[in-house]
Amino acid sequence: MITGEQKPLEEIQSLLGDAKKVLVLGCGTCVTVCFAGGSREAQILSSSLRMASKLNKQPLDVTDLTVQRQCEWEYLDEVEKEIADADVVLSLACGIGVQAIAEHFPESWVVPGLNTTFLGLPTEQGVWEERCAACGDCILGITGGICPIARCSKTLLNGPCGGSEAGHCEIDPDIPCVWQLIYDRLISKGKQDVLLELQKPKNWQVSRDGGPRKIVREDLRLISDEA
Amino acid sequence: MSGNDNGYLVGSQLEKMFRAGHFAVTGELGPPQSADPEVIREKASLLKGLVDAVNITDNQTAIVRMSSIGAGTIVLQEGLEPVIQMTCRDRNRLAIQADLLGAHALGMRNLLCLTGDHQIFGNHPTAKNVYDMDSLQMVNMVTEMREKGIFECGDEFKGTKASFLVGAAAAPFADPIEFRPLRLAKKIKAGANFIQTQLVYDVKEFSKYMEKVRDLGVHKEAFIMAGVGPIKSPGMAKYMKNNVPGILVPDDVIDRMSEAGKKWAGKKAADLAPEEKKARSKAWQEEGIKVCIDLIKEIKKIDGVAGVHIMAIEWEEAVKPIVEGADLFPRPEV
Repeated sequence: MITGEQKPLEEIQSLLGDAKKVLVLGCGTCVTVCFAGGSREAQILSSSLRMASKLNKQPLDVTDLTVQRQCEWEYLDEVEKEIADADVVLSLACGIGVQAIAEHFPESWVVPGLNTTFLGLPTEQGVWEERCAACGDCILGITGGICPIARCSKTLLNGPCGGSEAGHCEIDPDIPCVWQLIYDRLISKGKQDVLLELQKPKNWQVSRDGGPRKIVREDLRLISDEA
Repeated sequence: MSGNDNGYLVGSQLEKMFRAGHFAVTGELGPPQSADPEVIREKASLLKGLVDAVNITDNQTAIVRMSSIGAGTIVLQEGLEPVIQMTCRDRNRLAIQADLLGAHALGMRNLLCLTGDHQIFGNHPTAKNVYDMDSLQMVNMVTEMREKGIFECGDEFKGTKASFLVGAAAAPFADPIEFRPLRLAKKIKAGANFIQTQLVYDVKEFSKYMEKVRDLGVHKEAFIMAGVGPIKSPGMAKYMKNNVPGILVPDDVIDRMSEAGKKWAGKKAADLAPEEKKARSKAWQEEGIKVCIDLIKEIKKIDGVAGVHIMAIEWEEAVKPIVEGADLFPRPEV
């Protein structure tokens, strides 16, 4: 899932500027399951903004709504009127949702209520960890299903650096050394020979380094560019 | 092998020393956090004649300093041979290759390929890191530059190639420890001509490591230099033991350091008069140098070790007594 964390209230307030009518728009997918921007968080944030604005003696008209997914036009169309009525939409979606609103409703103004953090998973109740860097050229098949691109602090491809100690990364004892994990797993599966093969420099062109990415599936398109 | 007629890969002083079978000695010079060339000249003068070549660190510990190649140029002018350190942290494959063309053009022939300390430890922790490639990939790339005359992309050089004696680092005591000899072998297979290890204080453990290295046979394919460095105080010894990943400091080393300052035992720096503090530092430093000399003498006996890399950063004065004390002076003519 895409994980996010709510921005501090002060930052959100400053992003709202002098807007009078605020729509706090939650998203029912990734950020709901990571408890950052679902309907519950939208309601709580709305109350906080209302209270804060009353204390500041500049009461805000805050409403909240949550759609299934802010990253698809069809779900946003359901709240078209509410978006149009608001001076500002405070999106609690990831950065994709915020941009979907800006793109789909150019007349409206949208600001982010979250910092989009990473692609990860909950490893225990209340803990999320990064797992994928969306690098565009998956190497999990050779690293035992454990990603050094997302999880090694230096994105190393040829084994652990000298900063691996007792299973931890030297930059933070809370970060496991992913090459220790890969090593242990490959050994346990009898696949340690992979560790001795030189992995050539990665093709970062298919990652963000090649410019913004786009997928076109002609077999799925309703209108082709040729038409 | 390489296109050199004389049989050397690059013909640097360091390579000649290795090839002649002499026990090689390298030092380390940390460029200043300034643009002052005099600092480099001063440090170079403390090392000249004592070491066969000197490593010039590359934004060591991720703190901005004069560039390795810039400082290396000054070192060359001073008649000392540099080993350029190059990290993957700050440069992508374009920048690494471009800088190496410049380094070769300026007369540099020895290179140490490093992944580089993470920027979080330095003075620009909010910087974006690069890590386009890792140290092994850099070793392989610069080896192919020299051997095949090609850039990383496969294009051929248009004219003079950039040729370096290629070095890599090894951390014998980092985790997973069983993998370390294999990782060293991997670096040598990727093209490393010489290796400089992390600081060695535990000769017994280092001997075990070298035994595994010899079993892999790679000590015959590259020149392995053990990293050594003088300790300044018992506190520094304990700090390294407890806080620096991949460094083992045995208790007898710590005991020797403590023993040297026994006269002032139990006293805090604040309780000591300035001259007493000085005397204690001097006693510790003298013992630190002796410990280093003894380590070198022991390490020299280990089969497969081709030299020592003395890391006395910001204490370059210590190199002279160490090299002399370890009977490595004068340096052989090659």
